[in-house]
Amino acid sequence: MRYLPTSDPIRQRMLADLGLNSIDELFSHIPEYCRLQRPLNIPKGQAEADIIRFFRAAAAENAPGFTSFVGAGAYHHFRPTHVDTLISRGEWFTAYTPYQPEISQGTLQSIFEFQTMICQLTGQDVANAGMYDGSTALHEACMMAARVTGRSGMVVARSIHPQYRQVLRTLTRYRDFPTTEVGFGTDGRIDVAALRAAVNSGTAAVAVQSPNFFGNLEDWEQAAEIAHGAGALLIAVITDPVSLGLLPPPEAADIVAMELQGFGIPVGFGGPYAGIIASRDKFVRSLPGRLVGEARDSEGRRGFVLTLSTREQHIRREKATSNICTNQALCALMASIFMATYGKQGLRELAEQNLAKAAYAASAFTAAGAEVLFPSPRFHEFVVRLKRPLAASKSALKKAKLIAGLPLNEHYPELGEALLVCVTEIITREDIDRLVAAL
Amino acid sequence: MSSSTPRASRHIVQNEDLLFEVSSPGKRGYQLPALDVPAVTLAAARREIPDCPEVSELEVIRHFTRLSTWNYGVDTGIYPLGSCTMKYNARVNEAVTRLEGLGDGHPLQPEELSQGALRIMQLLSEYLLEITGMDAITLQPAAGAQGELTGILLVRAALTARGDARKKVLIPDSAHGTNPATAAIAGYTVENLKSNPDGTVDMASLDRQMTRDVAALMLTNPNTLGIFEEDIHRIADLVHERGGMLYMDGANMNALVGRSRPGDFGVDVMHLNLHKTFSTPHGGGGPGSGPVAVKKTLEPYLPIPVLRVKRGKPVLDYRRPKSIGRVRAFYGNFGMFTRALAYIMANGSDGLKQTTEDAVLNANYIRRKLQDVFALPYPTPSMHEVVFSDSIQAAQGVHTGDIAKRLIDYGFHPYTVSFPLVVRGAMMIEPTESANQREMDEFIAALRAIAEESKNTPELVTGAPHTTKISRLDEVAAARNPVLRWRPSKSEAAQS
Repeated sequence: MRYLPTSDPIRQRMLADLGLNSIDELFSHIPEYCRLQRPLNIPKGQAEADIIRFFRAAAAENAPGFTSFVGAGAYHHFRPTHVDTLISRGEWFTAYTPYQPEISQGTLQSIFEFQTMICQLTGQDVANAGMYDGSTALHEACMMAARVTGRSGMVVARSIHPQYRQVLRTLTRYRDFPTTEVGFGTDGRIDVAALRAAVNSGTAAVAVQSPNFFGNLEDWEQAAEIAHGAGALLIAVITDPVSLGLLPPPEAADIVAMELQGFGIPVGFGGPYAGIIASRDKFVRSLPGRLVGEARDSEGRRGFVLTLSTREQHIRREKATSNICTNQALCALMASIFMATYGKQGLRELAEQNLAKAAYAASAFTAAGAEVLFPSPRFHEFVVRLKRPLAASKSALKKAKLIAGLPLNEHYPELGEALLVCVTEIITREDIDRLVAAL
Repeated sequence: MSSSTPRASRHIVQNEDLLFEVSSPGKRGYQLPALDVPAVTLAAARREIPDCPEVSELEVIRHFTRLSTWNYGVDTGIYPLGSCTMKYNARVNEAVTRLEGLGDGHPLQPEELSQGALRIMQLLSEYLLEITGMDAITLQPAAGAQGELTGILLVRAALTARGDARKKVLIPDSAHGTNPATAAIAGYTVENLKSNPDGTVDMASLDRQMTRDVAALMLTNPNTLGIFEEDIHRIADLVHERGGMLYMDGANMNALVGRSRPGDFGVDVMHLNLHKTFSTPHGGGGPGSGPVAVKKTLEPYLPIPVLRVKRGKPVLDYRRPKSIGRVRAFYGNFGMFTRALAYIMANGSDGLKQTTEDAVLNANYIRRKLQDVFALPYPTPSMHEVVFSDSIQAAQGVHTGDIAKRLIDYGFHPYTVSFPLVVRGAMMIEPTESANQREMDEFIAALRAIAEESKNTPELVTGAPHTTKISRLDEVAAARNPVLRWRPSKSEAAQS
């Protein structure tokens, strides 16, 4: 086996050193009934060329070369070539959690920079080193709000990503977190009157997404005022960090739960991604997940360490703020490289291009006679009601190698034959015109 | 003692400031294509992002390359971090994950245009079920700890359907911290189960504590001492007789693959860590992936969607009335599925078994070569890892953390320090199958030399490391007055 750095003669010598005749003796303490008495029913080891052939065939069945207008929590943005070049260095991708800071300063400094850039972007004081993804970050944010407020009620906008809400339901199903969902108005934004009515003295948190699932922008200040009026926290949910290049940061929120995939992490059929939790300094000891802090060595040199770990499971066990044991470090690194590459000007310009492309696409649909729903400001997604059912355009779309958007009938049946369309900077005007013509 | 060249050597290590300190206004590392649609202005746009870095592409490359040289990875050398299974990560796994169609496939694109991705998930599921001997599986959990939570939620759903969710989860004192943290999130109280002098489950305690209030026993097998629970069948029978379920933390599956299957020894539900046993890269602390495999009784409760084969084609089944729901958006860490599958294909049934055998052989080799200088608190046979105690050296004023730091000076990544908690001053060593004998001999020689230093020049050990870019950091001060982000100094702020 080519990955094993040993040989039969070496194995024999090592066994002899142990005073053993056969490898079986090292497994002899495993009771007989626990031993597998046959080879695994898996083909024998294959050559690298065979493996590549298998995956190429699978990739060919997965819409390679298609132009996709699906967003909904996973966004096709351009990934600079050097993101993968850099993260493929073995010192990055074959290292583990920086438990030993003296030989992990690369990872630790990069996380410190990551935490800083997330704070700059979100307008929050403190950010953790990463969560699994946006959906689970929302759950962690809700648990954190319950810890901070000593309350348990959750008020959640129905215009938050449906899968995020499903995850929240699952992970809180055996906890006493009474959850109320608040609908949206004809402008696609949260129903403010319903939100006011839903919030009360038992509410721990109000969770609002902006741009929301339909692509429309919510008003952080107003949501914060309603939440704070009842003594609750505002959780800001963001599914594409690229939006923050241009949109007002959620400074009014108490906790930000954000998905980072848009920052140079491959769409990759849904994962791995990275989420983050950002918050206020005063809540730092309630944060879930890892934190990296600045420290000094005995000679006064600056370095970085994992810190405030008494919040975490390996110290606090069942009293920890979370059971999480990862920070999606490699994905967070991709996001750091992406942010450093685009920088102050680039993040803005990137967001402006997304805004412009989606606006052009929405007007092209309108011009073609389709109805674009929810006439309030948007970022790079919008909902369009088609003139004819999507199924009727299926073969034309496939022929044109286009994936039209996400049908909303499953999660929002009241919207009818509606499609959520996402247009990022990688989509050309010609692609948009082809899509409008094909539908 | 090895006569080879010492592993550690001198090499230029460059300093590098923070990105924000390297930044200079007007520099850029990007260029966007010309906008081919009319520009739009947003009335309520934000002000500029304060202090966000501005650097050129070359500076990005140098910055992250220099930082990387301050790290140690599996590619650098032996990485014997116990319980973490730091094995080789093959490059082909990376290449196939990035193929067009897979690396950029959208999780919500139509199912008929996603057959390749679903086929990969289906094949990986089949292989993992064969390896574990379980009946059904979900690949959705994002990491081991989320797998644990998913598994305990499945137990809770099944017990609730039976009429009584029960109140407690039993967890041995040697367990990972994620186990009790997980049980608490699932709404259970945690009860500690003491180990016996062999380091395994104490049957009398289990008999006493396994009451009708207990939903599950969460057991790691082999446990964190690297010891196989020889009473596993009696343990499983006892738990089942009293109406509970047996959860297995699969963190240590690297000791069992091809040799023993949890499904054959009474486990009801377990998670796997694809980043441990199945070689997906640890990435400096994630991403992981934590599939959960179950027996038939728990299958109806698996998270949606469940992958099934219908008329020869993989399909996603959302109509699962008893499902606990989703535990993560989309289908989990798909990029880890491709890597794990490529690893299994490269090894095959023969290679997987050889891998397990080499991992166990290596751990026992290190145990044999060090047991005369370091205390071995449990003489029970070791599998894939060995746990020593620092008790001999502690008498000389040298502790496990010191020995670990001194190992760095010899050119090695330390072992896991102070875990499991049942061993005072634990030194937990897991060489994995990826350590070759020559390097193990160097590692052994280094630890033996440190044991000598502990006797003769203990201050050399307690002051280690001496050769790194920075010496030991003041972690207490860092936690007392946490600085968790960079901020411009007053003069810089005044300039901008």
